[in-house]
Amino acid sequence: MTGKTLQTDSEGRLKHFLTTEGLSQSLLNSILDHAENFAGVADRPVKKVPLLRGKTVVNLFFEASTRTRTTFELAAKRLSADVLNLNIAHSATSKGETLSDTLRTLEAMHCDMFIVRHANSGAAHYITTQVAPHISVINAGDGRHAHPTQAMLDMFTIRKYKGDFTPLRVAIVGDILHSRVARSEIHALNTLGVSEVRVVGPDTLIPKDVESLGVHVYNDMTEGLTDVDVVMMLRLQRERMTGALLPSAHEFFNRYGLTAKRLAAAKKDAIVMHPGPINRGVEIESSIADSKRSVILQQVSHGIAVRMAVMAMTMQRFNDEGDS
Amino acid sequence: MGIIIEKGRVIDPANQLDETTNLFIDKGKIVAIGRKPKGFDTKKTINAKGMLVIPGVVDMCARTREPGFEYKATMDSELAAAARGGVTTLCSPPDSEPVVDTPAVVKLIQQRASEVNKATVHVLGAMTKGLQGEQLAEMQSLKDAGCIAVSNALLSIRNSEVMLRAFQYAHSCNMTVFIQPNDLDLQNNGVANEGAVSTRLGLPPIPETAETVAVSRALLLIEQTGVTAHFCRLSTARSVDMIQQAQKQGLSVTADVDISHLHLTDMDIADYNVDCHLQPPLRNAYDKDALIMGLKSGVITAICSDHQPHDQDAKAGPFSMTEPGASTIEVLLPLVMHLVERKQLSLTKAIAALTSQPAEILGIEAGTFSVGADADICIIDADASWEVDRNDLSSMGKNTPFNGWSLSAKIVHTLFKGKTSYQAK
Repeated sequence: MTGKTLQTDSEGRLKHFLTTEGLSQSLLNSILDHAENFAGVADRPVKKVPLLRGKTVVNLFFEASTRTRTTFELAAKRLSADVLNLNIAHSATSKGETLSDTLRTLEAMHCDMFIVRHANSGAAHYITTQVAPHISVINAGDGRHAHPTQAMLDMFTIRKYKGDFTPLRVAIVGDILHSRVARSEIHALNTLGVSEVRVVGPDTLIPKDVESLGVHVYNDMTEGLTDVDVVMMLRLQRERMTGALLPSAHEFFNRYGLTAKRLAAAKKDAIVMHPGPINRGVEIESSIADSKRSVILQQVSHGIAVRMAVMAMTMQRFNDEGDS
Repeated sequence: MGIIIEKGRVIDPANQLDETTNLFIDKGKIVAIGRKPKGFDTKKTINAKGMLVIPGVVDMCARTREPGFEYKATMDSELAAAARGGVTTLCSPPDSEPVVDTPAVVKLIQQRASEVNKATVHVLGAMTKGLQGEQLAEMQSLKDAGCIAVSNALLSIRNSEVMLRAFQYAHSCNMTVFIQPNDLDLQNNGVANEGAVSTRLGLPPIPETAETVAVSRALLLIEQTGVTAHFCRLSTARSVDMIQQAQKQGLSVTADVDISHLHLTDMDIADYNVDCHLQPPLRNAYDKDALIMGLKSGVITAICSDHQPHDQDAKAGPFSMTEPGASTIEVLLPLVMHLVERKQLSLTKAIAALTSQPAEILGIEAGTFSVGADADICIIDADASWEVDRNDLSSMGKNTPFNGWSLSAKIVHTLFKGKTSYQAK
């Protein structure tokens, strides 16, 4: 089964959200439009809508996360859902219970949606094939593979600042090899029709044949940033800075750190993005991170609206069925 | 007390035989081909009209999972699967639990195999103790106990000096070394071929060099030590080239390939199909074609199943967390015939790569219809039409990447030492 058919139902509605790959431009736009509507909820005196009332959403995190889990939790609560947070990293599966047994147990508790984060690529796909038909699965990050809600909140942010996607040049900088965010951004940007996606980094952090995803590869930071409209910095995990992939954090910053000087190569109105949490002085210098061109904090607040949109859309199919 | 297999198309590549004729069996041996020998007492006649009659398949690598992994499969289940696949001889690698590094384990496997009595099981001994790659195993004792060669199975020897000493020592014991080339450091935690597929799916990649660097290191040490060596499960075009060069230089090296790599590529992983999680990983179409070319040119002389039956849990989970390997012994022969049907391999070459040639590499008497040989025979209906169904496999391992494939060749009858070990209903 391909990601595409797994994610949508026979009428093309979003059933699960596992990857941005293979989804149509209109579906991605529809997520952004829904998010636009939900963005206003936070400004209301009562920050809630009743769309998911009576539904139980489980945050199923097999890998530690604070930011993503919190925004999912907030999003679910603003949709009036009941939320269960499970950190499995230190729980059942480490006691020898298999993943499918854990899922069975949760299903028996009558849950409606699983928000899944897992250290292995394909985990969300696997879980999707294991759960009962009424359950929706949303991928909150699987290994190096995909982090589709992060990518969509980035798209939402770009649309807010730039409007039209088609003339845009976007550079994604840093550890592409291990980045699920980069892969999901690349698919989303290409589907939304940007004019060029670039990946910038040393060969040790660029996966083989990445051009097949529809990107141009740059080893040189200044060349890679020349004339771009959007700079998307990636987080460099601490464990990548030791060992054979990189000589040091210091050298990485020297070659790929985003400084005012390097950013000058980009368009004058280029925006700077980062999925967070940022390593100041490793990926980005503080003066840029805190400058007006940085939209890093806006990204975080957009995250809630985008996640509300995706949750509401995957549950929408039941409401439609109920109406008919 | 004889058996006649009548009117089949008898193919025996070792004796350049390919004709419609009769095969005569007595006391578990081939006694004549063509004319009935004097005094032959016909007890049973098997009509093989319209069928292919070939020597029983000699599978260079199949795991029965005994001892140690009986929850995955047993000698009983897997030799039944072997018989159903037309396999009458198989070679079992040393990575059981306990590892085959003492004569006692060799004896245990041989005893279990003779109890089941559906195929001959040859045992590969460990090259290093516990397959740890540190201390040499007692190769001479293993040989005396019946091991036909030594191998470090999937656990490549990291330390080059240990590998050198293992080759030297094996050479002095007059034993062949079996090498599954894999540089563990380059493999790292990889699970899929490095390329567009692993990049798209975010699967930790295994570069081609994980294999080719290991092949080149091994070739240099083979040259230095003079040991006879066999390369197992080649997966890349470059390895075929390198081995061809070595053979041209006169090194005593042979090679095999497993059936999955002749039919599948990393594209078949699609969206995380765990049945396509193999080691070595499935490579690209260029590599697959080069492996077939390697068979045609004679660089690679054997096709094996690399049968690895798994329990359900081993294949349940995200791709990287599943165990590599496929259950393939029952489809080995039909899938080789599938290559013949598609004119990718001649019938004679295909049969030779399943019978006489692997027997030659293993240094055993098997895989031919020479008079006096064991009556290990496989009768095939080449024009049957059937579909692979994982739930119908005799193997306890249902982990086949070929589920749902439509195949033509079907094994209708297998004889092991003159006795029926499988007969289609």
